[in-house]
Amino acid sequence: MHEIDMTKALILTVKDWYESQPEKPKIEKIHLTVGQFTCVEPLGLQFAFEAQTRNTFLAGVELVIKDVPLIAFCHSCQQEYKPEIGLQYSCPDCKSPMNDIRYGRELKIDRLEYSAINNQHLSISN
Amino acid sequence: MHQTFDAAIELNLLHANQEGADHNRQHFDKWGITCLNIMSSPGAGKTVLLEQTLKALKAKLNIAVIEGDMTTQLDADRLRKYNVPVIPINTGRSCHLDSKMVAGGIHILEHQYQPQNLDLVLVENVGNLVCPAEFEVGEHGKVALLSVTEGEDKPLKYPVMFREADCLLITKTDLAPYLDIDLDRITFNIKQINPQVTIIPLSAKTGEGLETWLDWVQSVICIPSGTKAKHKEQQKETKI
Repeated sequence: MHEIDMTKALILTVKDWYESQPEKPKIEKIHLTVGQFTCVEPLGLQFAFEAQTRNTFLAGVELVIKDVPLIAFCHSCQQEYKPEIGLQYSCPDCKSPMNDIRYGRELKIDRLEYSAINNQHLSISN
Repeated sequence: MHQTFDAAIELNLLHANQEGADHNRQHFDKWGITCLNIMSSPGAGKTVLLEQTLKALKAKLNIAVIEGDMTTQLDADRLRKYNVPVIPINTGRSCHLDSKMVAGGIHILEHQYQPQNLDLVLVENVGNLVCPAEFEVGEHGKVALLSVTEGEDKPLKYPVMFREADCLLITKTDLAPYLDIDLDRITFNIKQINPQVTIIPLSAKTGEGLETWLDWVQSVICIPSGTKAKHKEQQKETKI
């Protein structure tokens, strides 16, 4: 269950950012990009994140995962194509093997959405 | 009004592991060691491959093994018979080695052996076709094994492992006549995912392909000095 290790790394990265902020903001969303040609299961990440952030400063924070399909580039046909994972990776037109992968290997923490703590107080008092 | 802000992070989810892997590789480079990461599903023949490799090459090369195993030392005990440094790493319930665990092995190498005298470190990963492919440990090359009993479709089902491999050994070829398996089909399936990979059919029992494998290992090792760096540059050009 390597999603647990990846989630630990994710939490540490976000914690580093949080601690570097002079006024501790309220983190609302964490945006990730996860390619389909990786060994990472988005549902596994969601589950591990929820379990590991319970009763921490990240409790209740939403994990938004952008799923990126596998896109390869065929040099013979000079065009991109979408391999069918589990079935067919070579070019559907000329059958050349999958040489270049353009998208689908991403495993990235993109950005955080946060609100200033003062705003948070306002929204609570309202 | 509830106002939200964005903070760009733009970091790989595995950047901590990657940093650790780069650090491990710097140690290997400093000592002139080539490191190979050996991966496969459980029972594909990693340990017997290491036994054969140590037997054939230990007179020519100074080799050490970092042996990942979930709970036991059974594999490490098998390899110690060849009188080379064998450093066991129990991963507990983790299904792969990561760069931090291998750094622990490197620390032992540094303090209990003379790593500057070593030519080759073989890292035997935990048996698993999924996770080890994503966790670099500081290796210069990745070797994957696929035994003929696992079936022709495995490269299609576990493509990341087969994409990442520099050398792919199709093992237990002596069993092929007893199975409904098409070796050409396995090769075809691997090549459509990774056209650059070196594929070697091998039987540790009959010795078929063993010489080709030993030649491959020696071809990626740093003799004479500078060759390894050149090999790495070539790899960078051919792999994404």
